[in-house]
Amino acid sequence: MSFMVNRFEEGLMITSVDWALNWARQCSLWPVTFGLACCAIEMMATGADRWDIDRFGAGAYRPSPRQSDLMIVAGTVTYKMASRLVRLFNQMPEPKWVIAMGACTVGGGPYYKYGYHVVKGVDLILPVDVYVPGCPPRPESLLEGLLRLRDKIAHNTIAKASPSQSESAA
Amino acid sequence: MTPEQIAKTLQDKFDQAIVEARVDGLHPHVVVAADRWHEVALFLRDDERMKFDWLRAISGVDRMQDGQLEAVFDLHATQPSAEPGGLWGERHSFAVKIKLPRDNAHVASVADVWPAAEWHEREAYDLLGIVFDGNPDTVTDHDGAHPRRILCPDDWVGHPLRKDYQFPEEYQGIPGWAGDDRPLDKKK
Repeated sequence: MSFMVNRFEEGLMITSVDWALNWARQCSLWPVTFGLACCAIEMMATGADRWDIDRFGAGAYRPSPRQSDLMIVAGTVTYKMASRLVRLFNQMPEPKWVIAMGACTVGGGPYYKYGYHVVKGVDLILPVDVYVPGCPPRPESLLEGLLRLRDKIAHNTIAKASPSQSESAA
Repeated sequence: MTPEQIAKTLQDKFDQAIVEARVDGLHPHVVVAADRWHEVALFLRDDERMKFDWLRAISGVDRMQDGQLEAVFDLHATQPSAEPGGLWGERHSFAVKIKLPRDNAHVASVADVWPAAEWHEREAYDLLGIVFDGNPDTVTDHDGAHPRRILCPDDWVGHPLRKDYQFPEEYQGIPGWAGDDRPLDKKK
């Protein structure tokens, strides 16, 4: 929607469009299928029938980043993996969001001080929208994180670039 | 064969190359001179009495106080079961240690003796900096010819499991841990 960005005042005309777009987006968040460590096991449990992330429309794990709009970084990000992670993120089409799941991705976790190989928080390399702490977080936590992300998407407007968009473009 | 017999056989055969033999304790082993290791390894694999056909692990040890690095080779000789379909047994097991100077750790690769050694040697180079000359996966860069790294990125600097290893302050622009502050907070 870049051709419309900053060209309108916030008004009645586009508010309803906003609502419809945000509703569509927040109810069909398609995550990229990948997990980096033990958090991925909880992420899989969240996707399975007991917790069923599909209730919120986020159960369609896509095998290609080009079909996804949500990246759940589930697990320890090593320096070696960091470049691959950024590459996956760059392959995702806008708009896109990132959930940092678990202590390692939030801030290095147990590897913060004595892990020579771990990125001290995935927000050093990606623009993170929602942090889900825990080691690993229970599926309920990830669902809560997803709901907070839906809240965040609900406040987007097409007349302004979202914070994550402008940040990732920079 | 018992560990005593294995150590005795090796000492009779290789004499000066066996620097030390310790067969008491839980981990019976001999210390082999680094320049004779390949020869000893071939004997351990091919001799009818030894038949060590399985290299279970190569462990690296950093003995910083002695200025030495140590490579520990754990060897097994397997024994097929007498009954068809039975479990494989173990004839005997033994260990070999190679002690190397810390600042110039070079030893011959035994990947041609036991193929399993290739990745173990790469790991020992990656984490402790023991250079195995003649490893099939050797690269040459500013550190000279050495086995390719296996866990850390190829452009990693240093060997993380050495006792005096300094953590990187950044890697490819990603800040690492330095001091008590989280790098992100520091940046702001």
